[in-house]
Amino acid sequence: MPGRRRSAWLAQALTLAAVLALAGLLAATTAGHLQERGIRSGFDFLLEPAGFALGESLLPFEPGDSTLRAFAAGLLNTLRVALPAAALALLIGIAAGFGRLADNPLLRGLATAFVTGVRNLPLLLHLLAWYFILTDLLPPGDAPLNPLPGVFLSKSGLALPWWGETGFEVPEPAGFGFEGGANLTPEYLALLIGLSIYSAAYIAETLRGAVQALPPGQRLSALALGMSARQTFLLVLLPQAWRAALPPVTSQLLNLLKNASLAVAIGYPDLVSVAGTSLNQTGRALECLSIVVAVYLALSLVAAAISHRLEARLFREQGQ
Amino acid sequence: MSPARPPEVARTAAPQGRADLANLGRLRRALFGDPLNALLSLGVMALLAWSLPALLRWAVLEAQFSPDVGACEALDHRGACWGVVAEKARFILLGRYPVEQAWCPILAALLIVGGWLGAASGRLPGAAVATGLLLPPLLACALLGGGFAGLEAVPTELWGGLPLTLLLTGAGLAGALPLGIAIAYGRRSSLPLLRALLTAGVELARGIPLVAALFMASFLLPLFFPEGGGLDMLWRVLIAIVLFAAAYLSEIVRGGLQAFPEGQRDAAAALGFDAWQTERWIVLPQVLRQVAPSLANSGIALFKDTSLVTVVSLYELTGSLGLALAGDAQWRPFYLEAWLFIAAIYWIGCSLIARLARLAARGAGPAPTPSVNAP
Amino acid sequence: MSPALRLLAATAALTLAPLPALAGKTLDAIKSRGQLACGVSTGVIGFSAADSQGQWKGLDVDVCKAIAAAVLGDPNKVRWVPLSSQQRFTALQSGEVDILSRNTTWSLTRDAGQGLHFAGVTYYDGQGFLVAKKTKVSSAKQLKNAEVCVQSGTTTEKNLSDFARSQGIKIKPVVFDKFEASLKAFFSGRCQAYTTDASALAFIRAKEAPNPDDYLVLPELISKEPLGPAVRRGDDEWFAIVKWTVNALIEAEELGITQARVDSLKSSADPSVQRFLGVGEDLGKNLGLDRDWAGRAIKAVGNYGEIFNRNLGADSPLKLPRGLNAQWNKGGILYAQPLR
Ligand SMILES: N[C@@H](CCC(=O)N[C@@H](CS)C(=O)NCC(=O)O)C(=O)O
Repeated sequence: MPGRRRSAWLAQALTLAAVLALAGLLAATTAGHLQERGIRSGFDFLLEPAGFALGESLLPFEPGDSTLRAFAAGLLNTLRVALPAAALALLIGIAAGFGRLADNPLLRGLATAFVTGVRNLPLLLHLLAWYFILTDLLPPGDAPLNPLPGVFLSKSGLALPWWGETGFEVPEPAGFGFEGGANLTPEYLALLIGLSIYSAAYIAETLRGAVQALPPGQRLSALALGMSARQTFLLVLLPQAWRAALPPVTSQLLNLLKNASLAVAIGYPDLVSVAGTSLNQTGRALECLSIVVAVYLALSLVAAAISHRLEARLFREQGQ
Repeated sequence: MSPARPPEVARTAAPQGRADLANLGRLRRALFGDPLNALLSLGVMALLAWSLPALLRWAVLEAQFSPDVGACEALDHRGACWGVVAEKARFILLGRYPVEQAWCPILAALLIVGGWLGAASGRLPGAAVATGLLLPPLLACALLGGGFAGLEAVPTELWGGLPLTLLLTGAGLAGALPLGIAIAYGRRSSLPLLRALLTAGVELARGIPLVAALFMASFLLPLFFPEGGGLDMLWRVLIAIVLFAAAYLSEIVRGGLQAFPEGQRDAAAALGFDAWQTERWIVLPQVLRQVAPSLANSGIALFKDTSLVTVVSLYELTGSLGLALAGDAQWRPFYLEAWLFIAAIYWIGCSLIARLARLAARGAGPAPTPSVNAP
Repeated sequence: MSPALRLLAATAALTLAPLPALAGKTLDAIKSRGQLACGVSTGVIGFSAADSQGQWKGLDVDVCKAIAAAVLGDPNKVRWVPLSSQQRFTALQSGEVDILSRNTTWSLTRDAGQGLHFAGVTYYDGQGFLVAKKTKVSSAKQLKNAEVCVQSGTTTEKNLSDFARSQGIKIKPVVFDKFEASLKAFFSGRCQAYTTDASALAFIRAKEAPNPDDYLVLPELISKEPLGPAVRRGDDEWFAIVKWTVNALIEAEELGITQARVDSLKSSADPSVQRFLGVGEDLGKNLGLDRDWAGRAIKAVGNYGEIFNRNLGADSPLKLPRGLNAQWNKGGILYAQPLR
């Protein structure tokens, strides 16, 4: 039907024209507004000194460094909290998923309470609670808890022995806070704990769903072979459930990465928070936010690629 | 989502009466069957034995229930100070909304929840369901805004608390669901260009965090509007929420459409339905019912996500908690108690939406299925 | 602007020319709306804060009231838009507010780069530090390695790092986007110091601290913070109205025109006072207002000295000294351009 084909093409051309016109209109009005309101634009500010300091950063950062470096430090801070949180979330999630499926009613009850309790509250509320616990209920920095030798827990965070410039260092009280070793701030800890627990509850449910979707014969025959319930879960059910659970679990971990942006609410300098600060100091809203969007899209693509790889490998291994 | 019962529970629940003894034995085996299990059970018991009395003491026995700062301070956190809830409840629940017109936000909140109840009761035709979702948020906006029938006009900056949370959820859903359905159909269209554009848009929205989208609404959207012709922060944020949620909902609906058996469409065509009628009366109702649990999960996610609007200074429930407590030197130490108060509200809200979705998914008839509550 | 953006802009401009900046359109918009949209803080007592009845009070608030009185004839025809530090400039640029009167520092980048136009200085301030006495810190120089709570989107944030660099010490900022969050963190003991404009520190110590005597404002001021109202660029008429209303408030103090005496002074023989009150010469028409504009402003909120005393000075809980903010002939640097 050439007539239909032609009208379909026409429709497409019209859509394209409409979209382009809309984009052009937006660009024109925006450009007009920027000019009319005397707001400067462009990405040149990225190479100028940022002028602000970051509370903490994996990448060494001084206020004299460029704004671009501030963005990089922000991105690294995002990953610095999101990656360990992802690992913790998987561990806790598997444990809680196991608990949800356990025969032991006490364990099952505890896991159920954990999962429903966690999932019915906004992540922000979790974070605020953890931050409150870490900054209000702990003792001040000059009278820290000292649960283990060299480990100090206080309103200033968690100081741990760690490798530093001079090799393995044990933190020492110094003026305000501690010197030497590693110091994890309450902002970081609250985000780490909050993110891992929140995602863990979702991962637990995903795993439970995947295990329950397996044919019941799997479980029964494993039990008949004399395996204990735990062995059955860990050696028979979990490996198979992984395959079905991998895509949803990946998407949970991606959510975790995106949720790390809630850092702004508790003062942790992640990517979005650094972008917000730069935006405010330079007035370049369009530029700063497009960097955030670009970085997050790139991260999503990378994560998707990794999970595809993993999936393919899992299928290959299990296919044989 | 209605959780499927684990198979082992279904088995234990089956025999009745004479099986009591056997049940007891099974319970003992489940709790102490092997060393590790016994250890875990004892651990959980110890945890409960240690925490429950302490909790009871803190929350009830030693707690202070009247809004008396002095008494609360004297407690020194040995007991909860529920007085903070009594003192701050109005502010936390309604934000800075003018007191004289407090019934407006209360009514607005009831309208939105009522609309959900109506839409989920399932006995109503599709049009009524749509009305239940779409109309209440509009009415709520009008009520909150005032400026008619002798009501004082209240600018959006003063809207806050629970009604604002519900409004953002309700209006977000009302906008996102139709848009999501439209996008889902658009992505099945035969026009590759349209498909590509919609796919790009959806992936873009799903790739960024909501906080970034809210920042855009706050800092970027105003640049698009002519001076003075702009929208209040609330409306800008709502636009962001609708677009964001629509992207997620469209994926759910699209999944449902893909799983829909093609044969039914053919049958409808054979019966003389045109394409539009087929979708409207045959496909969409079934697909929506099919994906209702996922939609509900998105609804719950949206309800929780509205808490993020505090980062752009809209004072919904979470924001007004901060405003009420952080800005008051006397009551600030009792943040935890106030936090528990709004945590309870969120908890109830999430459970409510989940229940409603289960109702809606079952379609006609409100009879609760007993299976979930079986011993 | 990137070339691509420019090209797109040009193509679209052929079909839809951007709206031309109409002279005086802000004033027209305010008049037709019957309300002045005034951007204030979310709650800095002394400058702008809503009391328990929801009434806005403070120096910045009175500036807006004076302008509303001059322009609309009623100091209460104001819509108060509370803005966090981060949001204030967008709100002004986009036209959500007509004026930003919100303890905002006049600086070059804000003035020339972010589309703002500062209309004058209503309070000369400097940035200071607030510490808990039990930290035993008595000078900002002792803040080595300290964690300092600060709000983002402020000049404060950058001054803090300048100060640390100039002293050669390390200071760790703990940055919050919301005022109340930053306060909560400081008073919970998360930070050893809080930093912002000294005037705001006085308020924070007096009103937000559980016990003011446990806290101390350090003697050092580490920056210059001239605070004043700002308007959008591109509307010179509106800018002039705001600028001259601010000048009128200051000039009135110098001339001895007080809230109580506005009416009786109409018969004054002093030509400056006569001119100010629009007796004889009509200054208002230069601004597109009537001859009574300045008198109405003073009648609504009093002169600068009265505003200061009521909100920040002797008659307020903050009891701040006039200091730099005294008239130029009384040892301060307040110097109104002549209304003539
Ligand atoms: N004068 C400084 C600081 C002004 C500022 O925003 N200070 C904060 C801390 S006192 C504030 O007013 N916050 C109140 C709010 O965000 O509503 C500036 O213009 O950047």
